[in-house]
Amino acid sequence: MAEIRVMREDLRPPASPPKRHFISINDVTRDDVERLLATARTFERSLEREVKKLPTLKGRLVINVFYESSTRTSSSFELASKRLSADTMSIKSSGSSVDKGESLKDTAITLGAYDPDVIVIRHPQIGAPNLVARVTDAHVVNAGDGKHQHPTQALLDLYTMREAFGRLDGLHAAIVGDVLHSRVARSLIQALALMGARVALVGPPALLPRGVEAMGCETTTDIGAIAGADVVYVLRMQRERMQEGANHVPSLREYTARWGVTPERLRPGQKVMHPGPMNRGVEIDARVADHADALIETQVRAGLVTRMAVLYDLLTSGPIGVKTDSVLEVA
Amino acid sequence: MLFVKTGAPENIVVRGARVLDPVEGVDGVLDVRVDNGVIAALGTELDTNSHRVVEGDGLVLAPAFVDPHVHLRTPGREDEETVASGTAAAAAGGYCAILAMPNTDPVVDSAATLGALIETARAEAEIPVGFLAAITKAQSGSELTEMAELADTGAAGFSDDGVPVSSPGLMRRALQYGAVTGRRIALHCEETTLSRDGQMHEGEVSAELGFTGYPSVAESLMVERDLALAAYERQPLHLLHLSAWESVQALRRARADGVAATAEVTPHHLCLTDEAVRSLEPNVKMNPPLRSATDRLALIAGLKDGVISAIATDHAPHARHEKEVPFEAAPFGVTGLETAFAALYTYLVEPGLVPLEIILERMSAGPARAYGLDEPRIAVGKPANLVLLDLQASYRVSEDRFRSRSVNSWLLGEALRGAVRTTVAAGRVVFAA
Repeated sequence: MAEIRVMREDLRPPASPPKRHFISINDVTRDDVERLLATARTFERSLEREVKKLPTLKGRLVINVFYESSTRTSSSFELASKRLSADTMSIKSSGSSVDKGESLKDTAITLGAYDPDVIVIRHPQIGAPNLVARVTDAHVVNAGDGKHQHPTQALLDLYTMREAFGRLDGLHAAIVGDVLHSRVARSLIQALALMGARVALVGPPALLPRGVEAMGCETTTDIGAIAGADVVYVLRMQRERMQEGANHVPSLREYTARWGVTPERLRPGQKVMHPGPMNRGVEIDARVADHADALIETQVRAGLVTRMAVLYDLLTSGPIGVKTDSVLEVA
Repeated sequence: MLFVKTGAPENIVVRGARVLDPVEGVDGVLDVRVDNGVIAALGTELDTNSHRVVEGDGLVLAPAFVDPHVHLRTPGREDEETVASGTAAAAAGGYCAILAMPNTDPVVDSAATLGALIETARAEAEIPVGFLAAITKAQSGSELTEMAELADTGAAGFSDDGVPVSSPGLMRRALQYGAVTGRRIALHCEETTLSRDGQMHEGEVSAELGFTGYPSVAESLMVERDLALAAYERQPLHLLHLSAWESVQALRRARADGVAATAEVTPHHLCLTDEAVRSLEPNVKMNPPLRSATDRLALIAGLKDGVISAIATDHAPHARHEKEVPFEAAPFGVTGLETAFAALYTYLVEPGLVPLEIILERMSAGPARAYGLDEPRIAVGKPANLVLLDLQASYRVSEDRFRSRSVNSWLLGEALRGAVRTTVAAGRVVFAA
């Protein structure tokens, strides 16, 4: 088939210099991830001290804008900002002008008028962080945009896996369940592929997006495939994102019977992760969730230090070229 | 079937352009003289008398374009486009005739609404414009419009564009009854239980970006159904904005079997693929969506071999604030009247994918034939419908160049080659750069 050039090279507009945002895993390189994980590790050590606050981002303003409900992500971003001595402000869509029908663009411009250094945004629609990045001068961090990306979740998951296994290269991860509606899965597949891990997606056919293999993963509908993995990553069944009558699965009962992660389907000692919030008894059996091999609480702690690392990285030398020894000095 | 504001036909001489009419088989440097709006002579060193002289040195003079698929947003959304602004945009794009779709507010489904539009066109249309009327009342897919009365009032054809006629039974009745009007039925092919909530083509890019997919089969399944009904009823039909490889294949088979089906394709489907959606830019969101490279190549092949005989812009203006939102919240549709030729020239002709002659034919005679309109021709005795093109012009697309009331173009900021210098429609100069 003949190759088609979309446009002559000499007619292409000149590329603008990259702005410093963390909107997608596509925004970072393997070196960036290594540096962010190392920075997070340094922060973890600093948090073991009696006084946990660092002066690093004193005088900086971080605004969190959450258009969707969140416990883990919003609390960890807020605490991460506070631990780094940044000023922080949190806006939720309910109780704000969003209730009065204000557009995202206008809300972003309004918040941008306070000259924030960072805007952390969660939004139900894909591309919302890109829009905020276009209309404000802030560094934008994506805390989840629709079904698209949740890059800081992927980063904290990598951190958790690195701590548990000591490596990411060659690690075999099985991601189980509702991949179709999962921004967590999309970011994690890319992040694991970036770090040289092997990724297998397991779930019902209609919840495995057509063409997803191009992201660098395998797919199967056979739950038995999780047995070979080093780590089983369980996704939440996103009932709130499923259209009425779309029939992705006949029923949750049937889903659980066929794809629920139960002790019987795991090897002894096999590690299990879940981004939360869990539907106990649906995608994950309560015995699995509460077992010592589950890394779910570790993930939450990792969320704090990796988000500290992201804020630090964006506000110091940017995602490219930060030296980790300068972090060590601060810590 | 076409309506335009009244104006005196002009006396014009276009001097020294490369006259290129692929249908007439004309290709040479000639003068073209227009007397009283009608082409009176082709030759060299023609007397200019007191005619308006248009210098064509180094330019191409071709039959002006016909756009069979435009949304003029009138009545109802005159903030986005009016008959005056849309036809002015068309004139700037080199068009001598356009057809407007009936999915307005209210829908053009009665003689009264159509009659009012025709009056508006007679008062303010810069170039001739025809109006399609709806196939079903309010485009709700449940009850036929009074097609015979609408045709008598001046409807140029029938379409529920924007939505499909979902019921096969009603579609059959439309084909049967449409035959008595002698006007073309034009179909938006979409099986909505497959495309539901779809934001972009279903494939590797949608899997990665997370958008709900709008699979090719949602279009091609409906194309197959409508072709089967057309074959059964032995009636012609026109397929709007084809986007999928499977649809082109189905059309090719049906035409080989003798079905009188024509089809159109848009510049954006010919120039872009779903890779463009990675920008998350609402100005690459349209229905049907941009599809894969394979689909694009099939559309180009279909255009070249004539299975697809018309290029249509599907010019769909949207208010600025409606497109300055996240992709999923944005409405479908992009503008295209003022950039169609340059886009096709830059993306298809210059890289050697499609010859210029094919583009010129599919933008002019092809769409006219599909709807039974007079084909623009450069021949003595024909009404002057001419476009003067500068193939060397190079520029960047910017908002302030548009005559359309809306600026939701997928080409904003892009560099293009090829510009319209002068448009003559129905014997009058309607645009001069």
